[in-house]
Amino acid sequence: MNKHLLSIHDVTAEDIVRVLDTAESFREVGTRVIKKVPALRGRTVVNLFYENSTRTRISFELAAKRLSADVINFTTSGTSVAKGESLKDTALTLQAMGADAIVIRHSSSGSPLTLTRWVHGSVLNAGDGTHEHPTQALLDLYTMRDRLGRLEGLRVAIIGDVLHSRVARSLSFALVKMGADVTLVGPPTLIPPDAPSWGVAVSYDIDEVLPKLDVCYMLRVQRERQRQQYFPSVREYARLFGLTRDRVGRLPEGSLIMHPGPMNRGVEIDSDVADLPQAVMEEQVTNGIAIRMSLLYLLLGGRAEEVSADA
Amino acid sequence: MREALLFAGARIVDPAAGRDETGDVLVVDGLVRPIEEAPAGVTRIDCSGLVLAPGLVDPHTHLREPGREDKETVQTGCRAAALGGYTAVAPMPNTDPVADSAAVIHEVLDLGAQAALCDVFPVGAITRGQDGESMAELGEMVGAGVRMFSDDGKAVSTPRVLRNALTYVRAFDDVVIAEHCEDDSLAADGQMHEGEHSYALGLTGKPRESEEIVVARDIAVARLTGGRLHLLHLSSAGSVEMVRRAKAEGLRVTAEATPHHLVFTDADLVGYDTNFKVNPPLRTTEDRDALRAALADGTIDVIGTDHAPHAVEEKEVEFDQAPPGTIGLETALAAVLTHLVEPGSIPLPRAIELLSTGPARLLGAVDHGGPIEAGRPANLVVFDPGAEWVVEPPFASKSRNCAFNGTTLRGRVVHTIYRGELVVTEAKAQR
Repeated sequence: MNKHLLSIHDVTAEDIVRVLDTAESFREVGTRVIKKVPALRGRTVVNLFYENSTRTRISFELAAKRLSADVINFTTSGTSVAKGESLKDTALTLQAMGADAIVIRHSSSGSPLTLTRWVHGSVLNAGDGTHEHPTQALLDLYTMRDRLGRLEGLRVAIIGDVLHSRVARSLSFALVKMGADVTLVGPPTLIPPDAPSWGVAVSYDIDEVLPKLDVCYMLRVQRERQRQQYFPSVREYARLFGLTRDRVGRLPEGSLIMHPGPMNRGVEIDSDVADLPQAVMEEQVTNGIAIRMSLLYLLLGGRAEEVSADA
Repeated sequence: MREALLFAGARIVDPAAGRDETGDVLVVDGLVRPIEEAPAGVTRIDCSGLVLAPGLVDPHTHLREPGREDKETVQTGCRAAALGGYTAVAPMPNTDPVADSAAVIHEVLDLGAQAALCDVFPVGAITRGQDGESMAELGEMVGAGVRMFSDDGKAVSTPRVLRNALTYVRAFDDVVIAEHCEDDSLAADGQMHEGEHSYALGLTGKPRESEEIVVARDIAVARLTGGRLHLLHLSSAGSVEMVRRAKAEGLRVTAEATPHHLVFTDADLVGYDTNFKVNPPLRTTEDRDALRAALADGTIDVIGTDHAPHAVEEKEVEFDQAPPGTIGLETALAAVLTHLVEPGSIPLPRAIELLSTGPARLLGAVDHGGPIEAGRPANLVVFDPGAEWVVEPPFASKSRNCAFNGTTLRGRVVHTIYRGELVVTEAKAQR
């Protein structure tokens, strides 16, 4: 593993298997009465969130705490950042305080890489602009492998606003790396022009794609995109690309419905569909903690016996 | 009376005179003089192995004064220019206040005269406050000495505004309207060239077409008016091709390229280094090669630095929050020598033509660009084409946002002679 996790391009297929396997042993920790191992005792993890994301921040916070690390949450409202402090000065401050790992969420693509220039610790990308969201991709892979037993040859469609989705990018790169068959589906205005170079297929017809899937991965579609004229109306979007009650029957038996959250019920996914047993959004959340424990542990160079000693 | 200087044994490259030969140049009292007039006690400066050329002329500079003196002043910018071999610069009007009136033009001229390191030819704004719509008092600025107008930073908003500007300035001699070609709706929020690298980096792109649409529009308006149009910092192969055709058609159109667009590509942005964030954006190898070919075949007339100083704290930020621009006055000549002349894209005399003679003609700067002949003002540069150096801060410029930082270039200015005076000697500015 590299020192940082900035992009799925930083990890090999072997690394991914190692992250998922390590998460497997950490998931068990979450089922105990005392949900804690001493693997990162005395280490400091900073959550540096320039964008509001309660679920991702809490997931990282729990992951670090379950590894016994000291956790500092540095959100931008009501702090020095709100007073105009630059990313560089914030980074130098955190560095001076001895942060071993910094988890960064930022609306500007590339900020995690920029941050590595100013800190000695590991940097974990928790979502940067429209670039990548590698930990989400890894927890999704974990969930797929856990439920379906494999990743190679898995048929996955990623449906919605792929153009603006860092999740879709990281997930596509990771799935392709693991030998899955990926199809991107959405209105042509929301499919990245370079998608074919990712090693994925593209379709504009959800009905044609659904019957051939193991995983139907829905993306959040912001109503803002209508104002920007990417599609004419939310109503038409839901009709053409939403996973509706009528449409969900086209999915093969045993296939999964996934969504990175937060969902826009009634836009990309019908409310009833989101509550079906094959929709595994809650498992994604649970697995997210184990994956983030695994990543913090591997990036900070924890040793395996520290897990098993307490296990 | 100023010192008499004899530059001996230089390779004299003087495109305006069609001259490229080894020889001596005598400078007395600010002027080039015949060698036989050398007075007793003349200072002899050995130039063997060095090139002597007309002083460089930058048709596209940002000196930031008035308004952003923390980034650059006329004085620091002129010092950077002199160290880069320039004897004249043309600062763009996007200052605060905008150079859209004779008062601001006079202020910049006065500051240039005080610095006395090179001539300053301020570019006036086409529209008031560069609003793109209401014509500034162009005649008054012409009276103050302006020969080029531009709303650099953006294009004028409509073809009608451009039509009126191109037509109105016919009342004056040799006045040129210079356009920054960019369509705001296609370029909106764009951080870099739209292509494989913008997609991979997750950065919003500016497609080539955001430039080409305005190049096409402006050439059409030049045809309509018969006006004198100059296109700034071209970045795309398609734009170059349109200019080539416009020239073949006989339209009065000229074009500029910058050293950074001639050297770098969008692949250089993969580390999110904000020094490569420029506007127009660095494009592909294909575009860069088309620009190089256009230098060679005469489609592009001038190389302008688009020297754009920014404060360290403005550039050391998240990529999408950094302002676009790289400084270039101190690296332009070496970049052209290293990346264009040495590999054989263009011969040295053509490089001097693009860096000096062409821009002097564009700006109506009759004292610059050669020919180096008796009786002419001595605005000269002497450089060592083989001297190797690594580009790194600090610079004479107040800013350090240079796309060439960390790279090795060959070609170093040894002397800059401005109106007969050694303002730079042995690569050191004299004030």
